[in-house]
Amino acid sequence: MEILISNRSRKPIYEQICQQIKGQIMDGTLTAGEALPSMRALARDLHISVITVQRAYEDLTRDGFIETVSGKGSFVSAQNREFIQEEQLRIAEELLQKAAEIGRAHGISLERLAGILQLFYEEGDGHV
Amino acid sequence: MSENSVVVRGLCKQFDGFALDHVSFQVPKGRIVGFIGENGAGKSTTINLILNELKKDGGEIEIFGRDHTDAAVKRETGVVFDQCSFPEVFTARDVERMLSGIYPSWDGKLYQAYLERFGLPLQRAVKHFSKGMKMKLSITCALAHRPRLLILDEATAGLDPVIRDEILDILLDFMQDEEHAVFFSSHITSDIQKIADYVVLIHQGKIVFEEEKDVLLDRYGVLRCGKSMAVEPSDYIVRRETGVSMEYLVKDRQAAERKYPKAVADSASLEDIMLFYIKGDMSCGD
Repeated sequence: MEILISNRSRKPIYEQICQQIKGQIMDGTLTAGEALPSMRALARDLHISVITVQRAYEDLTRDGFIETVSGKGSFVSAQNREFIQEEQLRIAEELLQKAAEIGRAHGISLERLAGILQLFYEEGDGHV
Repeated sequence: MSENSVVVRGLCKQFDGFALDHVSFQVPKGRIVGFIGENGAGKSTTINLILNELKKDGGEIEIFGRDHTDAAVKRETGVVFDQCSFPEVFTARDVERMLSGIYPSWDGKLYQAYLERFGLPLQRAVKHFSKGMKMKLSITCALAHRPRLLILDEATAGLDPVIRDEILDILLDFMQDEEHAVFFSSHITSDIQKIADYVVLIHQGKIVFEEEKDVLLDRYGVLRCGKSMAVEPSDYIVRRETGVSMEYLVKDRQAAERKYPKAVADSASLEDIMLFYIKGDMSCGD
């Protein structure tokens, strides 16, 4: 598993960890049943507080991405990847629809909006 | 049975011209607590009181749920000071002979393993060691009797970044066992910013705060704005005036950003926070 932490990012470190693990589960790098490093081992490798890792793992558990078996560690959940992607796509569609409405009502061109979307999408690449 | 490795309650000590004033904080089991403050703030005094090297005037200190003067407590606590306390003519071999007699739980194999990891020679006298090597030897000794609690007093002071990083690695290795805990004083806030779970700030013998590190780094912020801008006193903790602006330490960076859009809001480093509390209180007499 690869995790890249930025100390200059405005995003809290637990959120960065959370997003990157989610990303790796969604793109199939991490597969169902795979063991994650223990919280203490990850804290050591990243030179960060174990509380930070704990918070990231808690969020991942809450969102159904991982499961923690006491005494054994944390594992990638056997959830349905397509289902989660479908769900997230629906949320993205809603937000894009809103953007399109604002654009149409105020004379902002589709090209301009598409350009902004592309910019945001690629900007995220560096961190996620 | 205790969830805290160390509990300090209402600790007092009076010296000529300096007093430790009702100091209270905790070191939870499985956690690293960083103890920060300027030189002379009371860090070493507090640590010496915990270790019973100094006699307290008042208050309570519990380690593993027992009074800190309990003999068993001493055996289960590893201590590292900023100065290497071994006789200069001793070699690492002599040091082991001495300490293995004192600590029944001495682990010769572990000692050997750390010496190898650090590249420390067995047969050379300590006086030929560099400052970094001496510190590594001190840490090796503190760990070799398999303590549950490690107390370090300015252990990384005066060391180069490479050795400081190695020491942080050792502490994080030690923390792989969740029964362990570390209490780590330093005025080098960047070391504590990296690995601590909780931060305790002491200033002029009093505890200023005891807080989860992530809360300090993720939520606190520094708000900078022109002198004419009014910031409500309830929105900041400490303020500082510079030649060209006002700076405020705020507890909730995002809220401050929304409320004062014309100001600049940055996240605060541990060093920023420490400086605000220490320098801010002088200019904040109003």
